[in-house]
Amino acid sequence: MPRYTDVICSFCGTLCDDIEVSVEDNRIVDVKHACRIGTAKFLSSNDLEHRLLKPMVRKNGKLVEVSLEEAIERAAEILKNAVKPLLYGWSSTCCEAQSVGIELAEELGGVIDATVTVCHGPSVLAVHDAGYPGCTLGEVKNRADLIIYWGSNPMHGHPRHLSRYSIFPRGYFRERGQSDRELIVIDVRKTDTAKIANKFVRVNYGEDYELISALRKVVNGGELREESVAGVPKEEIIALAEKMMNCQFGVLFFGMGLTQSYGRHRNIDNAICLVRDLNVHTKFVMQPMRGHYNVVGFSEVLGWQAGFPYAVDFGRGFAWYNPGETTANDVLQRGECDAALVIASDPVSHFPRKSVEHLAKIPLVAIDIHPTPTTQIADVVIPSAIAGIEAEGTAYRMDSVPLRLRKVKEPPEGVLSDEEIMRRLLAKVRGEAPKLEVEAR
Amino acid sequence: MEVTLITGRTVAQGEEMEKGKTGEGFKRACAVIELDPEDMSRLGAYEGDEVRVETDVGEVVVVAKKSRDAPHPGVAFMPLGPWANVVVGEGTASTGMPPFKGIKARLTLAKGERVLSAEELVARVYGKE
Ligand code: SF4
Repeated sequence: MPRYTDVICSFCGTLCDDIEVSVEDNRIVDVKHACRIGTAKFLSSNDLEHRLLKPMVRKNGKLVEVSLEEAIERAAEILKNAVKPLLYGWSSTCCEAQSVGIELAEELGGVIDATVTVCHGPSVLAVHDAGYPGCTLGEVKNRADLIIYWGSNPMHGHPRHLSRYSIFPRGYFRERGQSDRELIVIDVRKTDTAKIANKFVRVNYGEDYELISALRKVVNGGELREESVAGVPKEEIIALAEKMMNCQFGVLFFGMGLTQSYGRHRNIDNAICLVRDLNVHTKFVMQPMRGHYNVVGFSEVLGWQAGFPYAVDFGRGFAWYNPGETTANDVLQRGECDAALVIASDPVSHFPRKSVEHLAKIPLVAIDIHPTPTTQIADVVIPSAIAGIEAEGTAYRMDSVPLRLRKVKEPPEGVLSDEEIMRRLLAKVRGEAPKLEVEAR
Repeated sequence: MEVTLITGRTVAQGEEMEKGKTGEGFKRACAVIELDPEDMSRLGAYEGDEVRVETDVGEVVVVAKKSRDAPHPGVAFMPLGPWANVVVGEGTASTGMPPFKGIKARLTLAKGERVLSAEELVARVYGKE
């Protein structure tokens, strides 16, 4: 029975690299060390009933099974005939597939965007304005003595983040692990992460910006005139600021609670400034809690190939980046794109109604591992292998460390990797004969 | 009753999503609204009752759950998914980011009404099967 160690879990941005997987007859029979979600992902690869196995094309209003060649042909036709196609998704596949996808977007003169747009897009905007005082998770593990999660609930979104990097592990300078560290959670609700924290600070919804400003005021030696800010009493704010100033190595992990709430990128901008202010007193860093396992990789690859981190429009013949205009939801809600390709993502579930209404009106190509509401409304559906389980590739952890995804089992018969599907699609769009690398191997 | 609605990830949502979005499990994990216990009694809802969530852009029927993260009166939570997104508003305030959190919503009791599956909901709202 083949047993693989140091396998990488390709679900969340924690990108755990210590998973052990046993495989028997091309089925995963045992998964060790992964969390509930990671384990579900590994085991789901066995569940052929819930996988997409055959390419499909919509004919007379119904999706019918076709050959892969026909599906790719139809997909290429849809994309080539569009004036401004939107190519969206990308965060749950490997960099190699993303790279070909960006080439395709350029070839088509389309818009390319990833789930960055609905998670840490605002953080990227803030980083443009105020810089990024970050570090790797290894440094957090070895050095940090004060951990803050703000608007982030890793117990649900990144279940092993606490045990691998932030609170529980022993580190070089934190030999006693948890006893050498302090955990503070700032949130609207007393989340499961808040429940295990040394201190929970409840902030009023939509008033994070005010609380950050109040903290900055104290850190910079000012005096608070209000008795409470954002629902947090003055004394608590002062105590919190002092704790931040007096730690040895502090980390601020932040999540959707800041980026999706009122203020969006301004919240992050202010938080970066807070971290900068704190560095007058001690060492302090911050880190966005990136959701999808390779959302960071997309920004890296698009950065090399087009010079920008997300939301690039190639319609002018060169890369044009203007979040708020070229971002997926804006392009959709303005009804600007006339076809779309969605890969490794489910915008029909995760985009607001108005965006989806337009998506349902235009020809849609969907590439995914299992049926989703997006494949349900698509006109062409192409099944793919699961990167990190059935295909190799590169992915970037949330702290921008690249790791090599492993292949532990074969994909279902006839199912190709995202990279190979993108290659064939690009060749078809260009009118070239596809290079059938995979079959030759 | 008026609430501020926030949407976000839960571990059950993540797990069920990986198991496949066509199953009952996905609906059980996502077609819910987590309410502060006091808000629940004000609304007259018990754990497991159907509740209609209405915003300026749409409405959806989901199941009420008592929040384990209370107290947070006036704030309600829905896991990411098609049910929540049917009621998420328009626009991005020129940031690219839709208003996934902080949505003004009205809640009414909808006892006995059927909660649609993801497939039914998508077919009903977006007209494609
Ligand atoms: S924490 Fe994230 S990367 Fe680690 S096992 Fe869980 S889902 Fe996978």
